[in-house]
Parts: sequence; C-alpha cells; structure tokens
Amino acid sequence: MSLIECKNLTVSYENRTVLDNLSFAVEEGDYLSIIGENGSGKTTLLSVLLGLKKVQSGEILFQNGLRPDRIGYLPQQKEAQKDFPASVYEVVLSGCLNRRGLRPFYSKAEKKRALDAMEKLGISELKDRCYRLLSGGQQQRTLLARALCATGKLLVLDEPVTGLDPVAASELYRILGELNEQGIAIVTVTHDIREAVKLSKHILHLHRDSVFFGDTCCYLECEDCRRLLEEEENRCRCDCGRKDGQEEEA
Amino acid sequence: MIDFLREMLSYPFMQNALLVGSIVSVVSALLGIHLVLKRYAMIGDGLSHVGFGALALGAVLNLSPLAVAIPVVTAASFFLLRRGRKASHGGDSSVALLSTGALALGVMCLSLFGGSNVDLNSYLFGSLFAMTDTDRILGLVISIAALMLYLLFYHKIFAVTFDESFAAATGVKVDFYTALIAVLTSLTVVVGMRMMGTLLISALIIFPPLSAMKICRRFRSVVVLSVTISFLCFLCGIVLTYCYPLQPGACIVSVNAAVYLLLSLIGRIQKRGS
Repeated sequence: MSLIECKNLTVSYENRTVLDNLSFAVEEGDYLSIIGENGSGKTTLLSVLLGLKKVQSGEILFQNGLRPDRIGYLPQQKEAQKDFPASVYEVVLSGCLNRRGLRPFYSKAEKKRALDAMEKLGISELKDRCYRLLSGGQQQRTLLARALCATGKLLVLDEPVTGLDPVAASELYRILGELNEQGIAIVTVTHDIREAVKLSKHILHLHRDSVFFGDTCCYLECEDCRRLLEEEENRCRCDCGRKDGQEEEA
Repeated sequence: MIDFLREMLSYPFMQNALLVGSIVSVVSALLGIHLVLKRYAMIGDGLSHVGFGALALGAVLNLSPLAVAIPVVTAASFFLLRRGRKASHGGDSSVALLSTGALALGVMCLSLFGGSNVDLNSYLFGSLFAMTDTDRILGLVISIAALMLYLLFYHKIFAVTFDESFAAATGVKVDFYTALIAVLTSLTVVVGMRMMGTLLISALIIFPPLSAMKICRRFRSVVVLSVTISFLCFLCGIVLTYCYPLQPGACIVSVNAAVYLLLSLIGRIQKRGS
C-alpha cells in the first residue's frame, strides 16, 4: 500500500522544466533515495512533495491516512539558523505545531511527544542546551527529532549528512535505519551513492533526460549506477592515496 | 527617591510619555527579535526613513501625517521583506536605496514647502513630551493589539523565525505570519517615530534583542529579557532626561547601548567559563 503516489508530474522553475512527466510511489515503510546531479531537480521534487511548490500538471495522491501536513521534514540548514538562540527542547517541540491547530499553547501530550522523540535520538541530556552551541551532528539530530514530532509515517530529508564528519554521518545513517525498521518511511535526497544503495529499498535517479525508478537491486544492475559507484571508488582511492602520502611525509 | 518619582509623575505630559513610551518600547523589542534573527535588522531603519519621507509629504500636502505614513510604511515593509526573502544579494542595497531616497525626499519637501511652521527637529528626534491625543491613542491601541497578537501566535512566530521551510511543510501559513510581522513592524515604527524620532526608532528595535541574545540560551528567555531591557532602558532614559537637559530619544538609546556593551562583556565571560 503506498503512502504517496505521484502521477505524471511536470514542474518548471524559472521558466525551465525541471521535472518532466515523472511518476513514482512511496510505499509504507519504504526507504527511497533520490539521486541525481546538481540541477536535476531533487530539491524541487522534495518541495513539491511537501506542498511548497506547485506542479504544472500531474497529481500527487496522499493515501493510507497520510496527511500532507504530517510529513516530517529535515531541510538543509541555513546559515542564519546556526547561531539561533533557542534550546534543543524548544526546537524539537516546534515539530508538534501541526497537531495544535489554533490553540496558542502546547498540550501535555505534545510535550511528552517531544521528550520521546529526543529520547529516541539520544539527545535527552541536551534538552536545555542552546542550539547554536551544539556540534553539527547534534544539531542534525535535534532537527530530526523535530521532524519526528511532526510525523508518524514519513520522513523527508534533504541531504541529511552534508557538512557532517564521517562519524556523525554514519551515526545518522544508523538512526535512520532504526527509524525505518520501526516502520517509518524515509525519502531522502543524497549525494552519497554508496550509502544509498546499501540502505534504500528503492532508488529514484533523476537525469535531465531520463529517470530511473525501481528496486535497489535492479538499480545496481544499471549502467548509471555502475558508473557512479566506480567514480566514487576512484575518488576514495585518491583520497586514501593522498592520506597515505601525508602520513609518510609526517 | 519616592518623593522624586512622585513629583516626576505629577506632570500629565510625563504620565503620557511613560505610558505610551514604555508599551511601544516593549512591542518594538518583541518584533525586533524576529527581524534581528532573520537578518532583517536594517529594515527597521529603512522603514523609519521611509516614514520620515511620508510624514513630511503628509505635512506638506496638509493631510493628517499618520494617514499618509501608515499606508506608505506598510507598503514599503512588504516590499522590503519580500526582497529580503528572495534575494540574499541585493536585499540590503534596496533597503539602503529606499531609506536614503525617502529621507532626502522628505527633507526636500519640508525645506521647499514646509515654511517656518514645520519643525524638522521634531521629525528627526521625536517629541515624546508633546504627543498629540491622536498619537497617544493610536500608539496605545496599536501596541496593545501587537502585544496580544504576538502572545497568541508566539509558537508559530518562533517556528517561522527559526525555519520557514519546515514551518511551511507542516502547514503553517508562513506568508500570513511574515505579513503580520511586516504590518506590526511598520505600525510600531510609525508610532515610535513620533516619540523617538526617525533617527532613533530603529535602535529601539535592534538593541534590546541583540543585548538579550548575548547571554540567553533559550528563545523564551530572549523574549523575556529583551522586553525587560527595553522597558527598563526606557524608564532610565526618561528619568535621566527629567533630571538633566537631555534629548529623550538619544538618552534612551544611549542607555540601551550601555546595556548592550555590559551584556556583551558578560556573554564573553560566560563563554570562557563554560
């Protein structure tokens, strides 16, 4: 049973067609990675899913009890956010805003929901810490906890590991894997092809002229995937080579 | 001390200044938090200059100054907030263009057609102790309305300030709240301008939030402290102008600046300690 079904989406941005006749679906408990070069429309697609951008044609169906405003979104961090004077708890609690309607204050249940989300992500002890004093990984976990408050079914992430060190990144992937096992569907835009094919159930690869959408195992067979993995491998080898060289020099 | 305060409060113009002034300071400190955190601090300054131009135009055309200033400043605030959101570059230069342009236009109007009955000084530096009844009532109504709306929408304003795209994705009407802040800011700027003057109203918006952010780690404490600082600095400034022959607006801003320096120092010591 699918949560979201997109049929023949066409989206333009500043008079350029970014997405052309795109169809795909997000299943319940799915893990979908969206891959593609810069400018291929990944972020645009997320904005469309979240209702922040209008489509020129096609339709998006929210099914199985998923409400469009009950999607947990983890946006890319903005510069102004990094030194924002707010406590972790205040930020996480703001994820409950979509349950509150017009009531001016949060209920006990919502406060508990925020505390539970922090517990799940292992940031309970940071509750009263200031957001701007956290490390990148801690900030990202705070924002993920906020997203978790907003949803019980679907998380939408925009390049979640950008700017994190390798340890924090793999920690974040571990958490995402756990959440996915608990039945929360995940849709993520990523540049990290190796992690994507390791974790995802489905892959959506956006090109300017063609699109791949299907199971990860099918994707591993295709030309694009091999090419990308190879490129990635080469880059890694280069990095390692450079590191070895530096160590020898030292 | 008590006798001194009692004597000070026995003058009706003092009572008015204290009542309207303190509530306007509180409201501008509240709105300032959003503007400062969104990197829109210059907009308050820009708006006050636009307001000056509009007031001058109103005076020359023999219209009620506020009837001209309020719509013009509101329109300008919509324009500037939209510009600021869209373009990361060019946003600040459009503020500078608009504000200097409006200021120049205002001075030209006044010097060409104003004659001798228009006092340029009162526009630039405000006239806290000589408010008209309209100014006073309008100031009270607008400030109280702004205060109530802010409290009612506190959590939504927090969400929009912290992260517009997340807020929008969870169904918060970001455009509505941005517009609300724009309208409230322009109203506060216009009212505050009559008291504090064009040159100083933006200080009232920027100083208290920035001071509070130096030492606070929670958003709620930023709000509480910013409001408290603004209120106390206003009070201090008024008492000082009562005792010494000082210009009230400048005096209040100087007290604010002193508090800012003090709190920066405390913030630095705090950081070193932790």
